[in-house]
Amino acid sequence: MSAGTVKLKIDNIEVNVPEGTMILEAARANGVVIPTLCDVEGLTAYGGCRMCMVEIHGSPKLFASCVTPVSTGMEIVTQSDKLKEYRKMALQFILSERSHICSVCVANNSCELQKLANELGVDHVQFEREWTSFPVDSTHDFLVLDRNRCILCTRCVRVCDEIEGVHTLDLKLRGKDEQVIVDLDDQWGESTSCTSCRKCAKVCPVGAIYVEGEALSETKDKNVAKFVLSRRNR
Amino acid sequence: MLKDDNRKAMIDKVMKEHNYEESSLLEILHKAQDSYGYLDKILLTYIAKSLTLPPSHVLGVATFYSFFKLKAPGEHVVTGCLGTACYVKSVDDIMTAIEHDFNIKRGGSTPDGKLSLFITRCIGACAMAPNIIVDDEVIGKATKEVVVERVRLALEGGGRRR
Repeated sequence: MSAGTVKLKIDNIEVNVPEGTMILEAARANGVVIPTLCDVEGLTAYGGCRMCMVEIHGSPKLFASCVTPVSTGMEIVTQSDKLKEYRKMALQFILSERSHICSVCVANNSCELQKLANELGVDHVQFEREWTSFPVDSTHDFLVLDRNRCILCTRCVRVCDEIEGVHTLDLKLRGKDEQVIVDLDDQWGESTSCTSCRKCAKVCPVGAIYVEGEALSETKDKNVAKFVLSRRNR
Repeated sequence: MLKDDNRKAMIDKVMKEHNYEESSLLEILHKAQDSYGYLDKILLTYIAKSLTLPPSHVLGVATFYSFFKLKAPGEHVVTGCLGTACYVKSVDDIMTAIEHDFNIKRGGSTPDGKLSLFITRCIGACAMAPNIIVDDEVIGKATKEVVVERVRLALEGGGRRR
């Protein structure tokens, strides 16, 4: 990263950040909260959930702040009616894709999707729901993968690849059939590459990967990636 | 374990040409499907090991593109283009007719392994929509009658084997 500093405005606050910083990081560093679902500090940005969209003065387009680098003179708006509508719409699409039924979910009350829906005021889904049923994999000793609750944020895939380094998890297929797989779409219990490190369960924002018999609030420590990296780079 | 034969030697050669680069995965998958007809788990595992790629990543790529087949196709293969132009030109009706006449489902094969019916997205011949591919022969401006007749001919041994 070059040493230059970039001066810009986020929600009318003047900020100075190093060149190459993403808007999301710049906002966070200056106390501005932008909603996210796929972002985890310490992992590569994915830009998949579309929750962190922001407006940049002078452009009619919306930008995903986690993958848009800052530049000098930018004037960024992170909260507006347009953005709220957009985020609500994107969230409804996510909700309509799988059977997100909070009352029967292990993640109830410690779910980022649920929390965000509350915050944005999404209390119903205006689209027809897609009720495709996906297999649940509970063959692992203690990790459970319930694809019906997955929002395809790829946090687990990235933490498995970038932090644990084994890349056991990935996605297969595309569109409404897209789903998380273990190795060559094997049963998790038979996986030879999985190290059972639980990081995937820790970063999962919903109840798609969880540790059997453990309360979600105990399992989840979202800072696992950042922590490991900081220890590694000492 | 992958059997030692010409087909394996072919993939090995291509992988060596590409210096076992991770980025050559697509190229290798193409070659592998060329030689084997489809990509099964043993083959994918072998490719993953050779290129030192995670198996899940290799399967992810192979399933992302509808071109790659993960199951053995039948002796004869019919592929319907479900791109926008073909869709608008009612390719669906032709597909339904094939499904009905040959008792087969999209993405599947007949129990005797004689015929497979696949779908694909846009083969780039939109001016000729609707397009159906029967054993590597593209039938443009296809109609139910022409396609069903062509498939019947192929099944009776008149068509070129894939």
